[in-house]
Amino acid sequence: MAELVAQIKLARPGFVLDVELACPPGITCIMGPSGSGKSTVLAVLAGLAVPDAGRVALGDEVWFDRGARIDIAIQQRRLAYVFQSLALFPHMSALANVGYGMARDLTREARDAAARVLLERVGVGHLADRRPRTFSGGEAQRVALARALARSPRLVLLDEPFSALDRELRAQLTALVRELAQELAVPIVHVTHSIAEAHLLADQVIRMDKGKIAERGTAAEVLARIATLDDE
Amino acid sequence: MDWAPLVLSLQVAVLATVLSLVFGTAIAMLLVWKRLPAPDLIDALASAPLVLPPTVLGYYLLTAIGTHSALGRAWESLTGHTFVFNFAGAVIAAAVGSLPLVIRAARLGLESVDPTLVAAAKTLGAGRRRVFLTIVLPLAAPGVIAGGMMGFARALGDYGITQMVAGSKIDGVPTASIYVMDAITAGRDDDARAMAIVTTIVGIAMLWAANRLTRRLHHARG
Repeated sequence: MAELVAQIKLARPGFVLDVELACPPGITCIMGPSGSGKSTVLAVLAGLAVPDAGRVALGDEVWFDRGARIDIAIQQRRLAYVFQSLALFPHMSALANVGYGMARDLTREARDAAARVLLERVGVGHLADRRPRTFSGGEAQRVALARALARSPRLVLLDEPFSALDRELRAQLTALVRELAQELAVPIVHVTHSIAEAHLLADQVIRMDKGKIAERGTAAEVLARIATLDDE
Repeated sequence: MDWAPLVLSLQVAVLATVLSLVFGTAIAMLLVWKRLPAPDLIDALASAPLVLPPTVLGYYLLTAIGTHSALGRAWESLTGHTFVFNFAGAVIAAAVGSLPLVIRAARLGLESVDPTLVAAAKTLGAGRRRVFLTIVLPLAAPGVIAGGMMGFARALGDYGITQMVAGSKIDGVPTASIYVMDAITAGRDDDARAMAIVTTIVGIAMLWAANRLTRRLHHARG
């Protein structure tokens, strides 16, 4: 099973990011105050932002290497990215949203059938023909998760997808992510502000501060020391 | 009343709208996605038809596509016709007048597309073309169509630039706006009134239909 290894150096006006990550299959939670660079790390891993220097590799496959001039296109990295805003396509049904990332050589019927299975898997099969504007917060999260799974991803990136939910919904979705992590057995990098969420999910916790990694370790080791981060 | 001027004006306006939609949307995309050097200058140049007198625009067009220009000569050797004093010249004249309206509306439409949706589509494996066709265009469509609608209205009513570039008649037929002017100066008040009313009805009907279409597209956007 492939491990994600990344060294990232990136300088922007007023901000410098300099981190080294190793994320084995399982859930790595990245925590830290706003502006510490958590989302930028995800953007670099996805290929949405280009670092000034560094290397990103999943197992033997190098996705980015500044020195070797390697920069594999986002489309070819086969990753799943659940954005904070979820970024569901508003003009498409849940079915079309989930089917969007599936292989283009599948017939429409095969894509729809597979998308229905995924929507059922995350508990929102009844939303298949509805558009995102009609979804509740929790339903939208589930559709976004189903869409992320549709590509059989080798890496999953979650950028605070549950931040706008109440405690109960957050608990339900956290349990769902835990189940999915076991099924997928790929590295999942989950940015969160919530200590409770990290407690429930994380195999590894990385705490970032001002563009650097301040601390890393198991959830029990790191979370016990994080008293200053906001929870909920 | 002779219907030929109205038919000619509609033909010119439809083709001018298509032309300005294609070029206007392309320029708007380049401006929004910052693919052009000196975008503010290009924006100002593209918007110039809004503020320049029609005669000045006509003069520039005659210089750019007239029989002595490289473009004009190339077109003539290709088709055997000149741009000026021809249907093609009338279409280009009307399109130039419409262009800034299309660019502005298309730009607003494109800027309304959430860049996170574009990023999401890319992470889902979509290439540039698919992202444009399935995400950007459907979501920007109300803006682009609103631009086309305003461009059409502008093209249908063009008088000054068309007069300068295409002359007062194309194959013996004036456009509707020139016909109204000719009828007034010839004392044919009934003809002028009839053409003015019909042109107004057609123009408003087209705008009404386009408004409904834009609203439907807004609704379909979700």
